[in-house]
Amino acid sequence: MTLQRLARPLTLVLLSAVVLYPLVWMLGSSFKSPQEVLNNMSILPNEWTPGNYADGWSNFDVSFGRFFLNSAMVAGLTVVANCISCLLAAYAFARLKFKLRGFWFAIMIGTLLLPGHVLIVPQFVMFKTFGWVGGDWPYAPLIVPQLLATEAFFVFLMVQFMRGVPRELDEAATIDGCTPYGVFRHVILPLSRPALVSTAIFSFIWTWNDFFRQLVYLSDLEKYTAPVALTLFIDSSGQSSVGPMFAMSVLSLAPVFLFFVAFQRMLVEGINTSGLKG
Amino acid sequence: MSPVATTTAQPTPTRPTAGPAATKRRGRPAKQKSDGIAGYVFLSPWLLGLLTITAIPMLMSLYLSFTNYDVLSDWESMEWVGLENYRYMFTEDPSFWHAVQTTLVFALIATPLKLAAALGVAVLLNRSFKASGLFRGLFYLPSLLGGSVALAIVWVNMFNRDGAFNSFLSWFGIEGKAWVNDPDFALGTLILLAVWQFGAPMVIFLAGLKQVPGELYEAASVDGASPFRKFISITLPMLSPVIFFNLVLETINGFQGFTSAFVLSNGTGGPVDSTLMYTLHLYIKGWNEYQMGYASAMAWVFLLAIGLVTAVVFRTGKFWVHYSDGED
Repeated sequence: MTLQRLARPLTLVLLSAVVLYPLVWMLGSSFKSPQEVLNNMSILPNEWTPGNYADGWSNFDVSFGRFFLNSAMVAGLTVVANCISCLLAAYAFARLKFKLRGFWFAIMIGTLLLPGHVLIVPQFVMFKTFGWVGGDWPYAPLIVPQLLATEAFFVFLMVQFMRGVPRELDEAATIDGCTPYGVFRHVILPLSRPALVSTAIFSFIWTWNDFFRQLVYLSDLEKYTAPVALTLFIDSSGQSSVGPMFAMSVLSLAPVFLFFVAFQRMLVEGINTSGLKG
Repeated sequence: MSPVATTTAQPTPTRPTAGPAATKRRGRPAKQKSDGIAGYVFLSPWLLGLLTITAIPMLMSLYLSFTNYDVLSDWESMEWVGLENYRYMFTEDPSFWHAVQTTLVFALIATPLKLAAALGVAVLLNRSFKASGLFRGLFYLPSLLGGSVALAIVWVNMFNRDGAFNSFLSWFGIEGKAWVNDPDFALGTLILLAVWQFGAPMVIFLAGLKQVPGELYEAASVDGASPFRKFISITLPMLSPVIFFNLVLETINGFQGFTSAFVLSNGTGGPVDSTLMYTLHLYIKGWNEYQMGYASAMAWVFLLAIGLVTAVVFRTGKFWVHYSDGED
């Protein structure tokens, strides 16, 4: 009986150890000296070497600070673009009546399943023709699509959320003389905060982690984002650069980790403060 | 209508719009129409995106797939080559079928393993106890981190000669090797990385498990059913729509694996093409060899293949997915 009762917590504890091990190992290795990376099998370094972080930061001609800034800019602009454009589209789908709504909605659902790799070649050719690839600000191909609500997942997420907002609120506002624009501004926008928070968080994390598109569009070292820059370490992967490589990997995962820690709190707050429960 | 008009001022937080009474009375019949226009106003960014970012590029790539376009030279030197790209792909490209095989092996092994882990852990966590939220968070974390270049780098090093995996094996006196450099094992390490990210489907399973009525389990207990029997006869069928949803999502994801394979092989698909995922092959053709026409043809074959697989999954779903509320 006691064994049965212990089985569940024991399994869970063992499992979390397995799941967390790579992360702890990464953190430990990022503080190991080159000799220790090779010889010290234990998870923690014998001698802490914070120098890996300084070495990694300035390992290339352009400092990693620049790469992180570039990443943060792309992710930040994507968050704003997704929140605005997807909210507009979702409001139309969830609340307004217009011709062919069902048809467009079905298409939107279809694009949910459309793999991004199918479109990357022609999009690249198109943006190159526009002169947006390379140049002083090569980030337009990464952000303009988000301004046009092409991230169907978020449109869908917000439609689902808005369907949970009581229609009586819209109707009351309409009777009070609100146009569809007024309803959007005064009812839907303030009440959609939890959905906007989720969209912002997922947009940020996905864009921060995104690799394929950034790899394709960014060719100038100065303009690299953190993930693209990290691959430079693989090229030069002598044993001496393993520590710095791990250090920069840790740093590049840190924002996602922080978002994760804050995420659960924000979600609970979002649900509680939205007033939708009552 | 006048009593309504009098109540407008106070209760709602909305700013009273300018022309009150007059517009309101005429507002009714006009509303339908303005609603229709408003619909398209709000939809316009999405529509523009659908046209310029999705539809036109799709057609363009179909056209390009019949050409030898290479991005570097100008449009004039582009030639119509008919089905040549497709013929070369299916009959001559030494790596194409290899890429197909690698992708299929990856998706068909990683997806079921990942879903099984997700379901198993979800069942373990589907009991309210003090730390259940903490565990849920811990298990979800890899899903957020696992797709990144940084984590792929860590993973590859973990399975390298001096990595954590071999130090683990050394406890048991087993001497490991550089798994990531061995064509027989390299893809296996990537499959493990995918399975490690079981947290996202797990969260969806947990939400599904909460919906299963407790009375079903109570009734089964009364009848003397074992926990295993309950899992087979209640949990699985009740959860089948959620399993189906996860299966579709994760299969499509599995086919698109790119980052980890790129990191492991430094963009080559090695060792000996053993991690040459379809998307990686497409990238190499398009951006290393500048064969955009050929890459477009590959993209279309990819789209049709994923469509086919999705259709098959949907078709089989009819036999094992149960919708308890009788919808559909």
